[in-house]
Amino acid sequence: MKKKMTNQDKTFWAVIIPVLILFFTFNTLPMIKGVIYSFTNYRGYGFYDYVGFRNYIDLFTDARVGKSYLFTFKYALAGTILVNVLSLIMALGLNSRIRFKSALRGIYFVPNILGGLVIGYIFSFIFTYILPAFGNTFNIGFLQNSILASEKYAWIGVLIVGVWQAVAMNTIIYISGLQTVPQDIYEASMLDGASKWKEFWKVTLPLVMPFVTINLVLSTKNFLMVFDQIMSLTKGGPAQSTESISYIIYRNGMDGGQFGFQSANAVIFFLVIVAISVFQMTVMNKKEEQL
Amino acid sequence: MMREKKKTNWLLTIILILGTVTVFFPLYMAVIIAFKQPSEMTNDVAGALSFPAKWSLDNFKQAMEVTDFWHSLGNSLLITLTTIVLAILIHSIAGYVIGRGMARRKSFRFIYLYIVSGMFVPFSILMMPLVKQTAQMGLGNRAGVILLYLVFYMPMNVLLYTGYLKNIPLALEEAADIDGASTWKTYWKIVFPMMMPMHATVAILTALGTWNDVMTPLVIMSGTGQNTLPLAQLSFQTQFGTNYNLAFASYILALIPILIFYIICQKQILNGVANGAVKG
Repeated sequence: MKKKMTNQDKTFWAVIIPVLILFFTFNTLPMIKGVIYSFTNYRGYGFYDYVGFRNYIDLFTDARVGKSYLFTFKYALAGTILVNVLSLIMALGLNSRIRFKSALRGIYFVPNILGGLVIGYIFSFIFTYILPAFGNTFNIGFLQNSILASEKYAWIGVLIVGVWQAVAMNTIIYISGLQTVPQDIYEASMLDGASKWKEFWKVTLPLVMPFVTINLVLSTKNFLMVFDQIMSLTKGGPAQSTESISYIIYRNGMDGGQFGFQSANAVIFFLVIVAISVFQMTVMNKKEEQL
Repeated sequence: MMREKKKTNWLLTIILILGTVTVFFPLYMAVIIAFKQPSEMTNDVAGALSFPAKWSLDNFKQAMEVTDFWHSLGNSLLITLTTIVLAILIHSIAGYVIGRGMARRKSFRFIYLYIVSGMFVPFSILMMPLVKQTAQMGLGNRAGVILLYLVFYMPMNVLLYTGYLKNIPLALEEAADIDGASTWKTYWKIVFPMMMPMHATVAILTALGTWNDVMTPLVIMSGTGQNTLPLAQLSFQTQFGTNYNLAFASYILALIPILIFYIICQKQILNGVANGAVKG
């Protein structure tokens, strides 16, 4: 028996070591390199020097980077709230006594399987030509010009597309959450004479809290990393008002000669994502326990 | 009261049916624009929403030529399918080894946390070093993209497989062990087939992620002249110019394969996504 165990151990290590090498080479190693580059003035080519923390100090005074963080946070916050409210409502609807249930669920999921880039191009056309046509015909002032051309409202266009796709995903997760709620609990609350409104806040929501956590963490992370929609809708414009952090790292890091500087940006971005995810999970875990 | 419970909520059904307009409207616009001619593009509402004068496939034919459609489709299929097959083989055995090893040894617990924590690493921080690294290793091509996907999806898939392993009784493996089967053989003959539901989930989540991904092929394969289906839409923006009809024909062509896949496997996809999120 003891000999067998060693054989099993051997097989285990023989499997896991190549996997670890693969993971280290293409995940941990580039991350370490990224951190090292963040302390240099590397432009992506040629020679470079170590500059200490200068990139990090510059990050905090760089107006364009600051603007991209403001945009990304604003976008992620609005997106996360909208998506979670909308998809919870959708899930409640799609989980109630309706006809054509599976067909409707199937249709509402379609936006999620389609690629963000192509969807962005389609919406870009709608925002640029179709909505202004509506605006002109029916004299709706704010629609008469493309919202993507407006420095003030372009982010709302990006938001609409992001939400349109994300609601599909989160609705499915909320539906599977609602299905874990046992039916007899509803019967009990009905016998107690609780109103639908009260039933939702006192019975349904607490029971699906773990799914709220999943959805919050998932959607926040996805919204923070927005890239495809920016690429196809605005390319960061107008006047850099919709540059997301991912987009600015790609644009200026790959082509703009800011390899070192944007590496520092990526390191900070990584820390921000980890901090937000950990924060959300601890807060929500406490909420779940209390209930 | 019992009767009331079983009654269909028709009002809600109708509201939800009307709500599908939000899904169908953008797709409807895309389809009719793809069939129209540039001369049919008007700036009034009725004109914009109307059907094309004739349903001709010319735009699609032209779009296929301009974007080298079959080549891009081939690349997308090659990358996605290879990634799925390798992910199922490699991630499942890694998940198995980690899951079973974790029960007995601290080192495997550490390996589990190491790999799963990779989920929080955004592509942005890896992107620039990876471009250099893959170029140096001769991996700035389709093979490199596949390899990177295997690494990027490893955290999620290992998490899913180790989670699923709890449903598989250890007794089966112990019995095989007593019969003298090697660990390797036991895994492929007994455990691997039992993880079939999780293979489906992993395949679907990996497929949706890789098929639609733009960023990885964009930075890794740039300069090879190879395109994936979504990447082709980005690469040919200048060729499309202001010919929106041609561009939209190309967009529709890019959306069709995944839509067909979705229509065929809708049930499995919805289950897979729900499973993945809940267990993850």
